[in-house]
Amino acid sequence: MNRSLRPLLATTLIFLLAYLLAVTQQPAMLSTRVLGNFLTDNAFLGIAAVGMTFVILSGGIDLSVGAVIGFTTVLIAVLIMWLDLHPLLAFAIALGVATGFGAVMGAAIHYLRVPSFIVTLAGMFLARGGASVLSPDSIGIDHAFYKVIQKSYVLLPGGGRLTVVGMIMLAVFAVAILLAHRTRFGSNVYALGGSETSAALMGVPVARTTIGIYALSGFLAGLSGVVFSLYTSAGYSLNALGVELDAIAAVVIGGTLLTGGYGFVAGTFIGVMLQGLVQTYIVFDGTLSSWWTKIVVGALLFMFILLQRLVFRAGPRRT
Amino acid sequence: MTETGVAGAAPVLEARGIVKIFGQHRALDGVDFAAHGGEVHALLGENGAGKSTLIKILTGAYQPDGGELLLEGAPIHLRDPLQGQGFGIGTVYQEVNLLPNRSVAENLFLGRQPTRFGLIDRRSSEAQAAGLLARYGLEIDVRAELSEYSVAVQQIVAIARAVELSGKVLVLDEPTASLDRNEVLRLFEVVRGLKARGLAIIFITHFLDQVFDLADRVTILRNGRKVATQPLAALNATDVVRMMLGKDVAFDHQGSALAGAAKGAVRVEFRGMGRKGMAPFDLAVHEGEVVRVAGLLGSGRTEVARLMFGVDAAEGGEVLVDGRPVAIRNPAEAVAAGFGFCPEDRKIDGIFGDLSVRENIIIALQAKLGWFKALNRDDQVELAGRYAEALDIRAADHDMPVKLLSGGNQQKVILARWLAIDPTFLILDEPTRGIDVGAHAEIVRTINRLREEGLALFVISSELDEVVAYSNRIVVMRDREMVAELDGQDIAPDAIVQAIAGTQGTRP
Amino acid sequence: MTRQTVDLRPNGQPPVPRPRPVAQVLMRPQVIALAAVLGVNWLLFPGFFSITWQDGRLFGSLIDVLNRGAPVAILAIGMTMVIATKGVDLSVGAVMAISGAVAATLVSAGVSAPVAVLAALAAGLLCGLWNGVLVTVLEIQPIIATLVLMVAGRGVAQLITEGTIVTFSDPVLIFIGTGAFLGLPMPVVIALVLMVAATLIVRRTALGLLIEAVGVNRSAARFAGLSAGAFLVAVYAFAGVCAAIAGLIVAGDIRGADANNAGLWLELDAILAVVIGGTSLLGGRFSIPMAVLGAIIIQAMNTGILISGFSPEFNLVVKAAVIVAILILQSPHAALLVRRLRGLQSGAGK
Repeated sequence: MNRSLRPLLATTLIFLLAYLLAVTQQPAMLSTRVLGNFLTDNAFLGIAAVGMTFVILSGGIDLSVGAVIGFTTVLIAVLIMWLDLHPLLAFAIALGVATGFGAVMGAAIHYLRVPSFIVTLAGMFLARGGASVLSPDSIGIDHAFYKVIQKSYVLLPGGGRLTVVGMIMLAVFAVAILLAHRTRFGSNVYALGGSETSAALMGVPVARTTIGIYALSGFLAGLSGVVFSLYTSAGYSLNALGVELDAIAAVVIGGTLLTGGYGFVAGTFIGVMLQGLVQTYIVFDGTLSSWWTKIVVGALLFMFILLQRLVFRAGPRRT
Repeated sequence: MTETGVAGAAPVLEARGIVKIFGQHRALDGVDFAAHGGEVHALLGENGAGKSTLIKILTGAYQPDGGELLLEGAPIHLRDPLQGQGFGIGTVYQEVNLLPNRSVAENLFLGRQPTRFGLIDRRSSEAQAAGLLARYGLEIDVRAELSEYSVAVQQIVAIARAVELSGKVLVLDEPTASLDRNEVLRLFEVVRGLKARGLAIIFITHFLDQVFDLADRVTILRNGRKVATQPLAALNATDVVRMMLGKDVAFDHQGSALAGAAKGAVRVEFRGMGRKGMAPFDLAVHEGEVVRVAGLLGSGRTEVARLMFGVDAAEGGEVLVDGRPVAIRNPAEAVAAGFGFCPEDRKIDGIFGDLSVRENIIIALQAKLGWFKALNRDDQVELAGRYAEALDIRAADHDMPVKLLSGGNQQKVILARWLAIDPTFLILDEPTRGIDVGAHAEIVRTINRLREEGLALFVISSELDEVVAYSNRIVVMRDREMVAELDGQDIAPDAIVQAIAGTQGTRP
Repeated sequence: MTRQTVDLRPNGQPPVPRPRPVAQVLMRPQVIALAAVLGVNWLLFPGFFSITWQDGRLFGSLIDVLNRGAPVAILAIGMTMVIATKGVDLSVGAVMAISGAVAATLVSAGVSAPVAVLAALAAGLLCGLWNGVLVTVLEIQPIIATLVLMVAGRGVAQLITEGTIVTFSDPVLIFIGTGAFLGLPMPVVIALVLMVAATLIVRRTALGLLIEAVGVNRSAARFAGLSAGAFLVAVYAFAGVCAAIAGLIVAGDIRGADANNAGLWLELDAILAVVIGGTSLLGGRFSIPMAVLGAIIIQAMNTGILISGFSPEFNLVVKAAVIVAILILQSPHAALLVRRLRGLQSGAGK
């Protein structure tokens, strides 16, 4: 069996077991209602985690995603409420800004040859700072379009609701899976994560790919901001604080190797769902405090880092 | 057909009068080289001969400072290896430069995957890959990750990719270094097939028997110049070794200058030391004795040194210092036992570039003393000053970073580092490699002086004349095994060359 | 101690080490940067440099800068050595929260203050050891290894405080955060003592040199007989203890442990302070006092932004600009350009 499938299989198994366990404790969790909420509540995290998956697959890291989400929510709120733009136009502008921001970071990483975590750290400061310069206070969004979107959903059998936000996340995952596994860009991302030297010798356009990866991460962080804005109807510079850590955790728990080269976008989906499950269970239980989420996520992160070391330390050899 | 074709036809790839200069050093000095279609052309040379520089120029990794490259008679200028590939020059390196994390099929087709509706058509790509590899005699699951296969299979995949992309010239840079006997045979089958298809194949290796097995012609480089290009049919192994190690050696010279030199008691003794891929060896080195290793690059010289110093853990065997057994499982224990090691690759394993000359000299002594017994600054200055003076280390200032020094001075700094721990046994791996003539002579003199002062030394060197002139004893290595030991009057260039070539060997 | 040999004993005099003139230290870019930031603050607020003596302690904006900069300075002291070994510790902010939580919870449960302080330091040590073992024994890259504790650490802190902000009125803990000694605020005194002690320890023993050797060239260090493992663990353990001390100060300052916000994002400030202090993220040469200076520069900028009436978040933009400036200065292309310019100058000078 393909080695990189093993952590993914482990994640899937753990998710199924955890869900089973949760259902035996809280039978109410077995319903499409919970499932629908699951998708809605974790949509912004899921979308950001998709961008993070590409970045990590290429061997980098993007610490700016939480800040870019926050910045996007503020920018959208400012454009809609202060400049009276239509939300769709505001979304387009915000997505453009976020994508450009990512591209600039990618260019800096490639051309200045600086570790990605430092460049994206600067990006994080810049985006958070920029957001609070735009507006230090939370801006509520009151627009008919928002109300329509928030009220639209597809009814699932069993009473669950698949909201627009949830659908956006599912669509992002579907497109990203194709992008990662069925396009040359995706192949180049994996190639960079495997060995940048080899990739360059094999003709991978390293500069273009690197810039593309961070632009994609910026775009998805922006889209995540759009979703966050729709989800909360507000723009606030401190929105989505620390989401980059949750996204990294989701990617790693989803079976992607933190050093790059191995992993699946689909795994990230399960990683996000697993985090959502822990949160939902804690809410259902009522006696457990929310800080257990962090500890459980940290423990899962540690477990998967260890697992990956075991799986990838000595590979099996065929002759 | 191919045999006759070689002599008459124009070369596919030709280099004329290639010059390459690094700083003050002429790595290549007017080298001519020509690879013809349908031949395997071996390129031989010891460390520093200019072999890898020439290859890098032929593939586009370096640009020559003089001379020109011609492809099928037309001059070309290569910016980088990628452009070289585009012109038809494909290269396969010893460390396979493919993507271990991707499938075999993707490694073959990266950058030109077949697509359908804008998406990669994986099935068609896999079918094509399987068909392509079948022509190379490989029937494997092309969907599996490349790293799941042995290096031999990876090499063949790399060759297939290079040939499919380029298809005129195939450069094989030490492709067999980590293959076993059967894998080598399999690889050779593939190469012969390509030769029959009319490719020009340039084959770099340090295994002489493989050269005779596979190649049609050989070009031998030494010190940046071409020694000869000849058909192999007219040569035997002894001729080749002689050309590689130096025509200028006085071959009538008999015995070492040190043949009768007095030596003391046994200082260090290795018994049954070995590990996987390295035949166990026994060796004793006396006080005031220089034991030199003769053998070609890749014969296991460096591996012996690494085993002795605990860089690679030995599997079995024991070490005695002054008759007492000591455990050497890592370099720290070797240093504690009084061993010193000047490694072959100074930059990677030797110097601390950003640290000062002074710190580079005292670091091993400080490591031996431990964290808390710090040498104070005065002691450091005194030590550094003493050894800089003794070894004539030319540095304006001992507080300047060692990376600013010349290669010869850096080597002396590393030597000083080990003298500072008052060593019992010193291992020098190619101590004179890549340094200028003046520093070279000084290091040779220093080694002599240290021997006179009673130090036990183990020296690896490619310079045959040096080996002959300054050794009490010589061990000859071939195929990762000590195959002969020459002592006193037996030390003669011819005996060494024959032992290396394997035409005549006296087992110890 | 060394081989006394006939030929190798030289008779010449070793080169005399040049003493470092004060002017050279004052010309360091960090010192100039600090002077510039302080100068701007003075222009914005003419009373910036005035210091008064009141109730047995010093007061003034300058003292305030030092006081508020102390936690990051203390983190930077530990972080400097981690970065010198080519590592990084992302967990120090979370460790601050754990340390504050341990101390606050213990004193509110009636445990004596010295025991609570020791327990908090022990917790920091334990966290540092955990990081060190992951990096050294399991050979996980530092940024990933310390990420685990960065994610889980705040959860652990909240577990200890049971999710509430534990307040206390213990005079000893409050003294650590807000007291004064010899007229200086305690945090400043602690940071100063720690800086001097750490500098003495690494420079008077061989530790500093060995850390630099490992950071510059790990392979060469192995060949020179250095075993890196033990002191890598020690370096991370020390960073953990530094974080615990910073956590105690922050808890003492607000008279409580806030597991959510204590030390939030301070790991990034600490890394920035170290980088401003001239230690390369690629390891090697390090300077603890310069990293502390870096922390003071960051705080002086914070203060400057506050007194000039911008929102505190504007800080982040300035920090980003500082990182960008440093990145450009350190990038190989820029270095090449500078070297060329210098070459021109010295060429013209000769």
